[in-house]
Amino acid sequence: MLFDLLKKNPTFRHGIHPPQFKEDTRDKPIRHFPFAPVMIIPLAQHIGKPSVPVVSEGQEVTRGQMLARADGFVSVPMHAPASGVIKKIGRVPSISGKMVPGIFLEPFPGSSQEVLEGKPVKVETSTPEEIINAIQNAGIVGLGGAAFPTHVKLKIPEGKHADTLIINGAECEPYLTTDHRVMLEQAPDIIQGVRYLLKATGAARAIIGIESNKPDAAENLRNHLPPDLPLSVQVVEVKYPQGAEKMLITAILGREVPSGGLPIDVHTVVVNVATTAEIGRLLPHGRGIQERVITITGPGIKKKGNYWIPIGTPLRYILEQAGAEEDIDRVFMGGPMMGTAVSSLDIPITKGTSGIVAFREEEARKKDVKIYPCIHCGACVDACPLFLNPSKLGILAKFKDYHTMASDYNLMDCFECGSCTYVCPSHIPLVQYFRISKLVLRNEKAKAPHV
Amino acid sequence: MFKKTLHIGTSPHIIGGSSTDQIMRNVVFALLPVAAFAVYTFGLSALLLLITALASCLLTEYFLNRWIDKSSPLSDWSVTITGLLYGLTLPPHLPLWMVFVGGVIAVALGKFIFGGLGYNVFNPALVGRAFIQAAFPVAITTWMAPFLPDRFSHIPGSTLTLPFLKPVYDITSGATPLSLMKFEHHTTDTYNLLMGMTSGSTGETSALLILLGGLYLIARKMMNWRIPVALLGTVYLISTVLHWSNPDIYPGGLFMLFSGGLMLGAVFMATDMVASPITPLGATVYGIIIGIMIYVIRVWGGLPEGVMYAILFGNAVSPHIDNFIRPRVYGTGKQWSKS
Repeated sequence: MLFDLLKKNPTFRHGIHPPQFKEDTRDKPIRHFPFAPVMIIPLAQHIGKPSVPVVSEGQEVTRGQMLARADGFVSVPMHAPASGVIKKIGRVPSISGKMVPGIFLEPFPGSSQEVLEGKPVKVETSTPEEIINAIQNAGIVGLGGAAFPTHVKLKIPEGKHADTLIINGAECEPYLTTDHRVMLEQAPDIIQGVRYLLKATGAARAIIGIESNKPDAAENLRNHLPPDLPLSVQVVEVKYPQGAEKMLITAILGREVPSGGLPIDVHTVVVNVATTAEIGRLLPHGRGIQERVITITGPGIKKKGNYWIPIGTPLRYILEQAGAEEDIDRVFMGGPMMGTAVSSLDIPITKGTSGIVAFREEEARKKDVKIYPCIHCGACVDACPLFLNPSKLGILAKFKDYHTMASDYNLMDCFECGSCTYVCPSHIPLVQYFRISKLVLRNEKAKAPHV
Repeated sequence: MFKKTLHIGTSPHIIGGSSTDQIMRNVVFALLPVAAFAVYTFGLSALLLLITALASCLLTEYFLNRWIDKSSPLSDWSVTITGLLYGLTLPPHLPLWMVFVGGVIAVALGKFIFGGLGYNVFNPALVGRAFIQAAFPVAITTWMAPFLPDRFSHIPGSTLTLPFLKPVYDITSGATPLSLMKFEHHTTDTYNLLMGMTSGSTGETSALLILLGGLYLIARKMMNWRIPVALLGTVYLISTVLHWSNPDIYPGGLFMLFSGGLMLGAVFMATDMVASPITPLGATVYGIIIGIMIYVIRVWGGLPEGVMYAILFGNAVSPHIDNFIRPRVYGTGKQWSKS
C-alpha cells in the first residue's frame, strides 16, 4: 500500500498544473450531431498542400465520397460529410480570419447517416506501403489538434527505424475530454488501429500513454488488450504539456528528442489516440473521414458534452444546437492553453478541431490584467518543459534581438505550449513574443537569396 | 442571436499563479511582525524611524515616476518593501534626517536610475544603507540598548537631531553581539539572539520572526528557498569547522547564524528576485558566494558586520552567474547530438 503511494507515475521535468475543468463533460457519452443546413469544407484542413476538388458545382454527392484529392505526398483528400449537393466551389471563411479555397455543400433534408463503402484494406494481407496509402486516402490527419497528415509520420525515412509506437492519450489540455471518451467507448477501434500502425511503422511494440486523471480509460483499455499484440498501457502524471510529443516520449521512454529533430530520431512514432481509433474504424471499410469527436464545453455552453460532429459544420450552428448563452464573448477551438480564439462564428470546424470552449464576458481572461516588468522570479524558468529561459528570451524579444534569441537561447525549440505565459506574475505575453520572433526569423530566412 | 463581435487573443486563454503585486504585498505582510517587534524592542525612536524610511522611499518613488509620467507607481508594492527593509537595517536612534536622505538615495540611485521595478542591479534598500554607512559612519555604528524602560515615552535626542548637526546621544547605548565578539571576545547566548533580546539594527534582532516570515513566503512559493538555505548553510558550515579547529579565535556556528543582520539579509535581502539569479543552480551558487563573503568580512575584515557588502557583491555578480550557469536545454548536449 505504502509503496504504491510512494510510486509516482512517470513524467517529464518542469511543466505546470492548470485547473482541469474536465468534470463537466468527462462522463457524457459521445452523441451524434444533426447535419447543418450548409457545410463549409476548406481544401486545406491539414498542414501541407491543399487538396484539389474532383467534383463540380451542382453535382450530387454521397456521404463519404471523395470531394477533393490529395496534391502530392504531404496532403490528404477531403470527403463529403453528408449526402447533398455541391453548391459552390470558391472561397470559404476560415479560422485564420482569411477566406481560403473551399467547397460549400448543402445536405439533402433528412440526409441519412449511411456512409459510402470503399475497398477494404486488411492488416493481415497489406504491405506497410499499402496501409500508409490507405491512411492517406482516408484523409486522416492528427486529430489531437496539429492536423499533420498521419501517413507522413508513418513513412520512416531512409536509414532510420522505429522501435516503439506511442499512442497519445494524455489529453493534457484543460476542458477537453474527447480522447477520454474515445478511450472509454472505442477501445476495439483503437486496438485495430494499433495493428495497422505497428505494421506500417515496423515498430516492435506499442504503448498507450494516459494521464492518471483518466483511470477508467486506462482500466478499460487494459481490459481490451489482446494477448497476441505487443501493446501496453502506461499511466503518466497529470501535468501540462504532457500531451506534447516530446514530453510524452520523455515520460514513457526516458528519451529526449534532439533539438531540431523529430521523434523518429529516437526511434519513436507518436500518434494521437483518436486518430488511431479512426484508422482502426475506417480502413477495414475503405472509408474516408467525415466526422470527428469534439468536446463542447465552457461556462457559456448549456448542453456541455462530447459529440460526433460532421467535418465542415459551421460553428454558429454548433453553438445554437449546444445551447450557448447569447452573451458569449470568447470562443476558441482547441483547449484554452494552445487553442485558437475565433473572430467569427461563421467558420467551420475542421479535422484538427478537438474542442470548442466558450466563455462569457465575466469569465474570460480579465481584460485589464496589468503588465509589470519582469521581476526575475524564475517562475517561467521552472515551468518551461524544454529548459529554455523565457525571461531572458522575453527581454531579448522586447529589444527585437531575434537573432540572439535563436543562436544563444534556443528560441526555435519552443513549441509554444504557453506555460511561461500562464505562470508569469507580471503577465508578460511571453509566448506571444516568441511567436512573433519565430515568424520574423522565418520570413527573413524565406526572403534571403538562395545561393 | 449571438453578439456580433467576439474577443480574440492568442493562447493561452487562461492564466494562473500569483501576480507581481500579490507577491510584493505578501513580502510586506511577512515583514510586518518583524517591524512590530522592532517597535516593541526600541520604542518610539524605531517607530519614527520606520515611518520616515517608508515616507522617504514612497515619496521619492511617487514623484520620480510622476516626473516621467508613469501612472500609479506605488501600486506594485515593491517600494513599500524597500522602505521597510531599509528602515529595518538602520540603528534605531539614527537621526531622522539621515534616514530621510538615505531613503531618497535608495530609491533614486538604487532603483529609479536603473529603470525602476525589475531593472535594479542592487537591492535598493542596501544601496540606501551603504550610502548612510559611507556618509555617517559614526551614527550608523552607534547602537541603543534594547528594552529601555522609557522607550515608549521618551524620544531619544539623536532621533530629532536637526539636519547637518552632530547627533547627541542622551540614552544608554548598547553594543551589538557582533562587536562584543569582535572587539571584546564576548559571545552572546544563542537563545537571546533568537528571541531578539539584544542590541542591533532596528529589525535584525529577532531571528525567529524573520525565519517565520521567510517560511511563510516559501510556503506561498513567493521566495526562492535555495538562496537563504545555501547562504545560511555556508556560513554555518564554515564557522562550525573553524570553531572546531580553534574555539578561541573563531565563534561558533549558531552564534554566527543568529547574530547581526545575517538572518534579515539572508531571508529578505539576498532573496530580492530582481537582483538574484533566475535558475535553481544559479541561486544556490549565489547564496554560497554571499555566505563566504559574509564570513570573510566578519571574521577577517575590519568591520564587525559584512552582510550588506556581501549581498551587494552578490547582486553585482548575479547577472554573470545567470550568464554562466544555464540549464541544459531539452534535446541538446552531447548525448542527443544528431548523428
